[in-house]
Amino acid sequence: MAQKVLVPCSSSSSCGKVQFSPSRVHTQAIAFGGELSQSSSRKNKSLALKAVAAKGETSAPVTAKSGHEILLFDALREGLEEEMARDPTVCVMGEDVGHYGGSYKVTKGLAEKFGDLRVLDTPICENSFTGMGIGAAMTGLRTVVEGMNMGFLLLAYNQISNNAGMLHYTSGGQFKIPVVIRGPGGVGKQLGAEHSQRLESYFQSVPGLQMVACSTPYNAKGLMKAAIRSDNPVILYEHVLLYNLKERIPDEEYVLCLEEAELVRPGKDITILTYSRMRHFVLQAAKTLVERGYDPEIIDIRSLKPFDLFTIGNSIKKTHKVLIVEECMRTGGIGASLRAAIVDNFWDFLDGRPECLSSQDVPTPYAATLEDATVVQPAQIIVKVEQMLQGLI
Amino acid sequence: MGLLPLLLRGAPKRFLRASGSYRSLYESNSRRRRHGTDAAAADQAVNSRADHRPDDQMLDFPGAKAAFTSRMEFISPNAAEAVPCFRILDDLGRALDGSDIPEVDSSLAVKMYHTMVRLQTFDSIFYEAQRQGRISFYLTNIGEEALNVASAAALTKDDVVFPQYREHGVLMWRGFTLDEFANQCFSNEAGHGKGRQMPIHYGSEKLNYFTISSPIATQLPHAVGAAYGLKMDRKNACAVTYFGDGGSSEGDFHAACNFAAVLEAPVLFVCRNNGYAISTPACEQYKGDGIVVRGRGYGMTSIRVDGNDALAVFKAVSAARKLAVEQSKPVLIEAMTYRVGHHSTSDDSTKYRSGEEIAHWRSVRDPVLRFRRWLESNAWWSVEDEKELRGAARKEVISAMNQAEKKNKPPLSELFTDVYDTLPRNLLEQEATLRDTVSKNPPSLAPH
Repeated sequence: MAQKVLVPCSSSSSCGKVQFSPSRVHTQAIAFGGELSQSSSRKNKSLALKAVAAKGETSAPVTAKSGHEILLFDALREGLEEEMARDPTVCVMGEDVGHYGGSYKVTKGLAEKFGDLRVLDTPICENSFTGMGIGAAMTGLRTVVEGMNMGFLLLAYNQISNNAGMLHYTSGGQFKIPVVIRGPGGVGKQLGAEHSQRLESYFQSVPGLQMVACSTPYNAKGLMKAAIRSDNPVILYEHVLLYNLKERIPDEEYVLCLEEAELVRPGKDITILTYSRMRHFVLQAAKTLVERGYDPEIIDIRSLKPFDLFTIGNSIKKTHKVLIVEECMRTGGIGASLRAAIVDNFWDFLDGRPECLSSQDVPTPYAATLEDATVVQPAQIIVKVEQMLQGLI
Repeated sequence: MGLLPLLLRGAPKRFLRASGSYRSLYESNSRRRRHGTDAAAADQAVNSRADHRPDDQMLDFPGAKAAFTSRMEFISPNAAEAVPCFRILDDLGRALDGSDIPEVDSSLAVKMYHTMVRLQTFDSIFYEAQRQGRISFYLTNIGEEALNVASAAALTKDDVVFPQYREHGVLMWRGFTLDEFANQCFSNEAGHGKGRQMPIHYGSEKLNYFTISSPIATQLPHAVGAAYGLKMDRKNACAVTYFGDGGSSEGDFHAACNFAAVLEAPVLFVCRNNGYAISTPACEQYKGDGIVVRGRGYGMTSIRVDGNDALAVFKAVSAARKLAVEQSKPVLIEAMTYRVGHHSTSDDSTKYRSGEEIAHWRSVRDPVLRFRRWLESNAWWSVEDEKELRGAARKEVISAMNQAEKKNKPPLSELFTDVYDTLPRNLLEQEATLRDTVSKNPPSLAPH
């Protein structure tokens, strides 16, 4: 198998995208990497653009006392507000987003500031307002479509798959669809099966879509801004239980890169890949693992489509062991695809099978005890990592 | 069909030639084929049959049989007057002049009232329970008790109900016990749903009440399918589905109405137009005259009724059911009402409507009180009866709640069952792995 050489992109675009050295290329690697958005010139050199933290840095690169503390839902709102102020074509549509301020307050105050045409309350029809958002995006607006819960966007699957994902391609590149589709998803606290869907699992196959998942106020704001600026249709996955997470984020403007993963904790023993709420479970498990003398490297993959194989690959080359911790179900989730990608690209660097902890293949039950057993818990992560590092599996 | 009757009746020549309607072209062409190039002879043969009646004929497009007009006139978006709303009792529970009171004897009326009060009591106690943290979620029917119970009373137990989520009274009428309601809300092992659904997502196969699913309006096409099955089996029953003003915006509403009309399915579409869809008021949900006017758009019989008038609802639903079952046709009933409570325990409606508005509808326009006044005017109910019922209902509900709270939650064995009819291999493996993990980490994971 040809040795794959991954180099960071050094173009003048606003983030370090991954580009593959053309002479040694694996067809599947191209599918996951490469340039996606058209090159955009660096507008403001003072933007903080580096997403990948080096050893010793925290995820929010601010010194003590600078920056401001913010909750995740408010960080999303800040990002949205900044983009709406900067670009008059950005508008929001969804149920109860206007005068109500959104079910999770992500659009709070925006209707008062920008008017109810740019923050549009719609009747209840997900397929309609998603289609509307796509149509508006094709004719010059940059729309942000909010699903009150990601699960309801299944009603808009046709629009998202057949239209948002496809029209740029089928039109021969004539029509672009700069739409952002966002909303809370994931398994919450006893919300019942229909409110606990993991749509990243269902949508990951759709060509033409980009998918990112935020997990902290810092990356939530940065990804929101990046998603709005992207010319591709982007699905931004928020987690219903992370909206009240608090963090100190920079005062100055910053935009993150949609295709980059985030190195949360550098280490050398094992690579743990995760995203969204599971990131926090992994960090919780890591405390115990570190106490027991292990040194896990934790990467929040953030970009669910495409995967940042550059960051992931570099880590695997160092640790030779990989565990994926996800909230998707075992069958057909992000973990399943990521395992395939790792096996294809980094087989030579692996000491053992890439492992994956996922949710059970059941509709999420409501009863608290059953619900807890459906998703991965920190205790399971500890057990699995120890088994892997002790060579037991 | 088609143009042939026209030809036989004798359409004017200029119409036949000028309109170029498909049938005349077809016939001329077929004649050309038979008579060769003798097209003129063919035309003459056709025209000679016309006996030149005046042109009061209908235009015969496949899409519509309509009279023609030479005046271009757009149909205005709304009629001069809104569709009137049928009611029997006024706001004070007195029969209006000229009303035709339906056949509701004292025992039926008292039973209806009992159910409304029990529903109201259950709602207020369980709402408070959520506020106290004893259950995680609740959703009330306050303001819609008459609509729930009176519509249910007009149906038979064989009629299949497809609810949205604000129709607990229909289930209560049919015999779902307070214990069963409470068990579901507390998601304990005695609950019919085996702890799998959120509170208030009831379902009962034996009571013909299909399990509630949160997404809006998904139950409407189900109802049409069920109705179609009833029609095939020639059952003396219909399907009944409920939805709100917000639900009528969903694509599934359009699909279900159109299918029901085209396929002639015996289904009642009961729209609870309660004025709000979470924070979206009805005036932002639609621009037409509510939902009743859409019935005509689908070729469906429809009626608008005062949803807070138990007698009017009872009468309208009874009549609609009769029509649906006897003629195998759908009926759209728009019941006007008001959502007194918040959308759910996750909502604070004072954010988007005034406290005065809520208080007004809760007190002066309370449908339960209105019905009670009618009962009292018939000497079927007294102040003592009221006191006794309210006290008893409260005790029963609290007792059901306490019992349900004490029961165990469902065991781990119920996590994987019922995904399929039998457990497939992958789920057996997952269960084995889970049990292994649980046995090694008992405090942090679900107990067996």
